[in-house]
Amino acid sequence: MTWVSAIVHGILLGGFYALLATGLALMFGVMRIINLAHGSLALIGAYMAFLFVEHAHISPYLALAPILPVALVAGYALQRTMLERSLRAGQLVPLLTTFGLLIVIANLLQYFFSPDVHSLDEGRIGAAAWNVSSALAIPWFDVLTLGIAVFLLGGLQLVLQHTQLGRELRATAEDPDTAELVGVNARAVYARATAIAVATAALAGVFYGMRTSFDPNAGAAELLYAFEAVVIGGIGSLWGTLWGGIVLGVAQLVGAQINTEYFALSGHVVFLAVLVVRVAIQGGRLTLVPRRAT
Amino acid sequence: MSALLAVEGLDVRHGLLQAVRQVSFEVADGETLALVGANGAGKTTLLRAIAGAHTPSGGRVHFDGRDITRLSAHQRVKLGIALVPEGRRLFPNLTVEENLRVAGGAGRSGAWTVDTVLDAFPLLGPLRRKQAVSLSGGEQQATAIGRALMTNPRLLLLDEVSLGLAPVVVEGVYRSLASLIEGGATVILVEQDLGRAMSVANRVACMLEGRIVLEGNPGELTREQVTEAYFGLRRKEASA
Amino acid sequence: MSVASVAARDARIQRWTPLSVAFTGGLAGIVAVLAFAPVVLGENSQNNLIQLYFLIIMAMMWNALAGYGGLVSVGQQGFIGIGAYAAVFLSVQHSLNPYLSMLLATFVGAALAIPVAAVVLWFKHGAFAIATWVVAEAFAIVVSLDPNPAIGGGTGTSALLPFNLRYTPTQRLHYTYWAALGAVAVLLLLLFVLLRSRLGGSLQAIRDDEEAAASVGVRVLLGKGILFVVAGAGSAAAGTIILAWQLSILPLGPDSIFGIDWTAKMIFMVLVGGLGTFEGPIIGAVALYVLQTYGPNGGVWYFVLLGGIAIGFALFLPRGIWGTIQERFNVQLLPVGYRLRNVTTGRGTA
Repeated sequence: MTWVSAIVHGILLGGFYALLATGLALMFGVMRIINLAHGSLALIGAYMAFLFVEHAHISPYLALAPILPVALVAGYALQRTMLERSLRAGQLVPLLTTFGLLIVIANLLQYFFSPDVHSLDEGRIGAAAWNVSSALAIPWFDVLTLGIAVFLLGGLQLVLQHTQLGRELRATAEDPDTAELVGVNARAVYARATAIAVATAALAGVFYGMRTSFDPNAGAAELLYAFEAVVIGGIGSLWGTLWGGIVLGVAQLVGAQINTEYFALSGHVVFLAVLVVRVAIQGGRLTLVPRRAT
Repeated sequence: MSALLAVEGLDVRHGLLQAVRQVSFEVADGETLALVGANGAGKTTLLRAIAGAHTPSGGRVHFDGRDITRLSAHQRVKLGIALVPEGRRLFPNLTVEENLRVAGGAGRSGAWTVDTVLDAFPLLGPLRRKQAVSLSGGEQQATAIGRALMTNPRLLLLDEVSLGLAPVVVEGVYRSLASLIEGGATVILVEQDLGRAMSVANRVACMLEGRIVLEGNPGELTREQVTEAYFGLRRKEASA
Repeated sequence: MSVASVAARDARIQRWTPLSVAFTGGLAGIVAVLAFAPVVLGENSQNNLIQLYFLIIMAMMWNALAGYGGLVSVGQQGFIGIGAYAAVFLSVQHSLNPYLSMLLATFVGAALAIPVAAVVLWFKHGAFAIATWVVAEAFAIVVSLDPNPAIGGGTGTSALLPFNLRYTPTQRLHYTYWAALGAVAVLLLLLFVLLRSRLGGSLQAIRDDEEAAASVGVRVLLGKGILFVVAGAGSAAAGTIILAWQLSILPLGPDSIFGIDWTAKMIFMVLVGGLGTFEGPIIGAVALYVLQTYGPNGGVWYFVLLGGIAIGFALFLPRGIWGTIQERFNVQLLPVGYRLRNVTTGRGTA
């Protein structure tokens, strides 16, 4: 029965990865930006929640109410001030910018919050679990996390498919030059995408803080897993991010069943396998770098 | 009657190449100007500069009395300039309807909506929900024109709409264009097919190596004059 | 003056300009002079210079991949770690001379890069980047699980014994210094030759338009593959030098030899120095080295400064130090490109 437990928990873990990966998928899908600072931005969310909990004595869930709007604004500003300029200078320049941000954020967090470990309390839901059988207990918090991920991705998918913003986002992602020519303000569109991405990062950060303890340098491993989830699911697909996270989570936990040390390695092996199979299915053609319209 | 569009001494670079040199001309409201010339003459770059997709290195563009040289492309769309780009450039993974609706967000009021565009191009009706990438050349061209129309433009810029299309299809495209023009639209039309260009326009300008070398009414110009200007056969030995 | 008016007989293709001859000669001279450092300079300086050398190697390799090949690798640390571990393994398990082990380890890195390239080069831009990172992590985990005592598993290993059995600490310092300098010189020369060869032209074509390049017969995968193998070898070489310098290595954790920090440094050095230029990575490595050696001593503010500089460059000098200079003054010190020289005016354009 423990294999079943591994799979179930893998799915739930995948929900968390998908939540963390949503912002990454957005920024890469729309703007081709690999945001190395994504994990740091998530951590800021966790620390902000910590501040609200400590000083305003509210639950982390309630703290989301002020945190999310602030994150939206911060993301918008980040794009308009730094990333927009970096993108214009070259495709690789945002790597340098986000790397710089990553370092600055991690170290400022260390300065203001000390290297000590903190954590957020997930409330009564934390202790509760659905005891399906003696070998399988499903923690409600993890189900909540998966639920939020599904809700978020589903919501974003709806926005993309059925709203003007969504159409503009998709059009600008495919061809920013032509989008401008039909009246779409590409820069504003990008800024809105980053705003959403940073808000989802903050959300994921708060949930991260609730599921585990964190310090200013936390989350490096999870960031890689989030990237893996995005790529496994297929860059440019939001639902793909969800099933990518699930595939990864299941691979990791099933691997850990075989040997606890195989946790991350199983994920990596499955990641590479999925990519290779996908390329093979596409006929082994050399898949070219998608060209931006000039 | 003042000109709707006035271009003054425009210089545009394309990479290291000077694609448009000191071009000046005007287009009056309701006029149709055909811009002809060989490949590489600078026609596409000129249209893109007018639409705001290309920043000129010198000169000015005036639209409806206003200096728009510094405005970005989407701002010009809001003022009423729309470009149907060379090669159509539809958004491949969006449907026909979505391609139209994206442009509809420009916020200009006017007669063109998704329904009226589909009426004007009946072949698109059944293709509403098809992805742009799966359309034929003629269908794509119709969608591209329709997309530009969705912004309710006052000035429509068309870049090589007959390129890569079968003659029969081009017929259909030009028929739609003719009814647009009859409706009073102001159009600048870049066209390699001299015959078509001259038949639908009230003025022709011929470009060669970035300059306008001939301008006039199709009725007054002989085909020989245009051909010579086109190929630069009687060009004086200009200093480079 | 239009291009058309320059008649064919007025222009010549030129590779070496007087400036680049002078500079290349000067560079060779500098290398020769630096070779005397162990005789003249103290221990501290030699240690510092060794660090500079492996930083230069890393920067050159990342630039070769990203700047010349268009391949953004976030996983070169995998080869750095493999190089170090291979060197330890050969010298501890097989009792080979540690410097010989270092040389062999470089070839191990190259050999391992071949199957990795065979897998990852099929992936698109973003997938490629993450795949290289994943491969590096996989290497780290596999090494940490290795039961062989020479490898040391998760607790790491050390090359202390093979070195101390043969050399005094001073000798190790000197020989490591020369090995590092030699590696820099050899790899610089290798890249220089490669970029001036047909491969260099192919890479330029691939960078400009991959499809078009393939359609005129440029062997895209082969070109990228060669670059990847060279970068793998170079990164492995850097890893062996780090091993000789710090002696003990770990596969996991914040100080891991497989750490993503190495890539972070590579990104910094190359983008600050000038992506896609030959001289840029060297300048970027020097910049990082200066920051490391003379900046605030570790800790929060060093990193904030580092990050701030990275952001500053991204926003204001995105072409990097050398990229900006090259653009402004049309200068090229190392002749990897071509110049169209107008014989009558004597002026050239790169």
